[in-house]
Amino acid sequence: MQKNKVTCILCPRGCTIEKKTQGDTFEFSGFGCKRGLEWAKEEFTNPKRILTTTVHVKSGEIEFVPVRTNVPIPKEKIFEAISILKGIEVLAPVEIGSVIVKNILDTGADVVATRRVGKKDSSDD
Amino acid sequence: MEKYKVVVIGSGPAGLAAALESFKNLDDKKVLIIERDKFLGGILNQCIHPGFGLHYFKEELTGPEYAHRFIEQVIESQIEYLTETHVIDITPEKEIVAVNKKGLKRIKADSIVLAMGCRERTRGAIITPGTRPAGIFTAGQAQRFINIEGYRIGKKAIIVGSGDIGLIMARRLTLEGIEVKAVVEIMPYSTGLRRNIVQCLDDFGIPLLLSHKLVKIHGRYRVEGVTIAKVDFKLKEIPSTERFIECDTVLFSVGLIPENELSKKAGIVLDMRTGGPVVDNTFSTSQKGIFACGNVLHVHDLVDNVTLEAQTAGRYAAMYSQYPELFENNIYINIVAKEGIKYVVPQKLNKTFVQPFVLRFRVDNFYKDAVVTISNAGKVLIKIKKSILTPGEMESIEISQKILSQLDFSNDIVVSLQNI
Repeated sequence: MQKNKVTCILCPRGCTIEKKTQGDTFEFSGFGCKRGLEWAKEEFTNPKRILTTTVHVKSGEIEFVPVRTNVPIPKEKIFEAISILKGIEVLAPVEIGSVIVKNILDTGADVVATRRVGKKDSSDD
Repeated sequence: MEKYKVVVIGSGPAGLAAALESFKNLDDKKVLIIERDKFLGGILNQCIHPGFGLHYFKEELTGPEYAHRFIEQVIESQIEYLTETHVIDITPEKEIVAVNKKGLKRIKADSIVLAMGCRERTRGAIITPGTRPAGIFTAGQAQRFINIEGYRIGKKAIIVGSGDIGLIMARRLTLEGIEVKAVVEIMPYSTGLRRNIVQCLDDFGIPLLLSHKLVKIHGRYRVEGVTIAKVDFKLKEIPSTERFIECDTVLFSVGLIPENELSKKAGIVLDMRTGGPVVDNTFSTSQKGIFACGNVLHVHDLVDNVTLEAQTAGRYAAMYSQYPELFENNIYINIVAKEGIKYVVPQKLNKTFVQPFVLRFRVDNFYKDAVVTISNAGKVLIKIKKSILTPGEMESIEISQKILSQLDFSNDIVVSLQNI
């Protein structure tokens, strides 16, 4: 199914942007700003999302480190990326921004840690 | 007893920003943050999804990243903080009683910033019939279990309420391999941000059932399913529209309530509509020297607004601790929410501090093409046209020096909404 309406997600305004096909050319309407127009063009052709999830940490002060892709990846690769990230474990300490997986699924996106996880303090337990 | 100029209770986005701003504005830099959890950052630590900081930092961060930027500054500034420390009492004299592993602690503050955030409404809040089996969570609780503790909380889920946390959890559950059967919303509109509906439901084909109600929860030991039904415009269920949905997990995302148990103990006057303290434009509560900001004051939808608000509260808290006499015998003008406006924050303008400020408010319904006006003594001072207004999105209007100079100080400031 070819969708001809998308809701812009760049800001809380949430403009509804419509794509009208006239022969071979497209016309967009409803966008509130230039960025929204650019976003809609991409959303119609190659929708991308930032993926966030958690990854196991060994010997960390917490057991999971939150991670994200540093740039959006194609929507259809999200579940594949998740299954890769489910299967790995990193060793504490983890610094915020450190690369967990480089160029995941050849998307050009690195998966980076979004939180610092220190080493487990043995006096904790 | 330990003494501090400013003590901030809570280290979420509000607490961190307030502490930093107090610190910057103090000569004697005695600032203390008290946090109940093990880490600074509050609920942001479990909000691992992106979308934070678009306004404040002009980039899209996750919750932990947003928190990190402030935590870093707190550590660099060497602001003192206590974690795993629970405040159990605050007195009007600004004495704080807290407990931690080491025992009971008494702290005297010149001024206090309340930044305790909010708590989730539960199943009980919407009176859901049925049994009480395992598998029923609030959305935020499920978020903590999954994102921080790493539990798998179920296999097939229903989400009740379409607030932002519910929507975000719909996506999170899906990514975790849990099938989300539907998001059930009693109102004819979602109270969540639109980008969350797009990215969390539409992306994964999760149905959003508007004007639907959870009628009953089934199951003896574990949830076995729920019955839902359509509702009419009075939100009453329509007979013969009942439908059983098989699931083992129910998440409730049915609203947040500012967490004001401590505020009540300190004798602070609360606003029935926001659920938080009544404050003036310095974010001062009815108890002199006690300030409030963030979700303890009113529930926000964007953390960026929390930060801005907390900075103002922190600045005035620092001012109070150094020049309390400025806050003596203050006279106020009320800011009143009228037709179409659910509430306004701040609720008062302090005549001693007639300085530009941001007025935040929510509307009471879904409006298309409406005008928000701010008037005083029968004169319209601001008129803003809005194409769409929803109760789910907080609105802000800047009250500039120019507007303040036109005020008739013997009359209320009235905020209202008119359809065009």
